[in-house]
Amino acid sequence: MNKIKVSGKNNKHKVLMYAISTCAWCKKTKKFLNDSDVEYEYVDVDLTNDEDHEKIREDMIKRGEEPSYPTLIVDNKTVITGLRKDKIKEALEF
Amino acid sequence: MITLEKVRQRAEADARTNGYYLNPDPDFLQDLLEGLKRNEERYGYPSCPCRLAAGNLELDRDIICPCDYRDPDVAEYGTCYCALYVRKDLYEGKTPISPIPERRPSEKQARSYGISVEAPASKATEPAPAMKVAGQPAEVKKKLWYCRQCGYVVFREDPPYVCPICKAKREMFAQIEISALG
Repeated sequence: MNKIKVSGKNNKHKVLMYAISTCAWCKKTKKFLNDSDVEYEYVDVDLTNDEDHEKIREDMIKRGEEPSYPTLIVDNKTVITGLRKDKIKEALEF
Repeated sequence: MITLEKVRQRAEADARTNGYYLNPDPDFLQDLLEGLKRNEERYGYPSCPCRLAAGNLELDRDIICPCDYRDPDVAEYGTCYCALYVRKDLYEGKTPISPIPERRPSEKQARSYGISVEAPASKATEPAPAMKVAGQPAEVKKKLWYCRQCGYVVFREDPPYVCPICKAKREMFAQIEISALG
C-alpha cells in the first residue's frame, strides 16, 4: 500500500490517515497536521488499487467505522473521523 | 475538456436553483471544484470529490454531484457531505461549518470498494492511476418511481430523497408496477 510519510517534530504518536486525493476536508486536515508539525502517514485511497480498497475498508469496518474521509487512526487504536481539531489535539497531546 | 470555470458555473447555477450557497471559504471551494473537475476527467462524470468512486456509472450514480444525499444533509446539518453546498446561515458565518456523518448506505458504499474500472480513455492532464477490473459490477436493479404529488417519473434504484420538481419528500414516491396486459 502506498503510504506517504510526512515528518514532523510532534512524533510521540503513530498517526495514519486515510484520505481521498480530491477531498477538501482531507486537504484541510493534512494542512492542520503540517501546521502543527505532526509526524504522520497517509494513504490517498482513490490512488490505490482494488486490493488496497478492500483492505482499507475492512480495516475501518474492523474498527467499527464505515469508510468516511478523512479517518485518522492514532496509535493503532483511537479513530477520529473528520477534521475534529479538538479530538486530534487531545489524542496527540499538543 | 471540462474547465474549472464550467464546473464553478454549474455549481453556482445549481445552488441558485435550490436556494443553497457555495462554501464561503475560497480556498476550500477551489479544492472541491478542482476535485470535481479531476473526477470528471478520470471517471467521465463529476463524482463526489470526498468519496471513493467505483469508476462505474451505475454504481456511482447516487454520488454524482449534486449527490442524492445533498438535500437531506443540507436540511439536517446545513451542509452536504463535502461542504460544497451550504445553507444561508452557514454561508453567512452564523453557524459554523463542521464535518457531518456519511449518509450513504453501507451497502452502496461497499460496492465502491470491490470494483474499480479503468477510466474511460481518459484525456486527463495527468495519467490516471492504474486500475484493473476486479470483478463484475454488482447488479443494480432499477425501477420506475413516480412522485404522487406532481407526477415526476424516474427510473433508478431508489426514489430520490426529495422530488427535484416539486420538492416532495421521498415518502411521496411510489413504485410503478408494470404488468403485462392479459
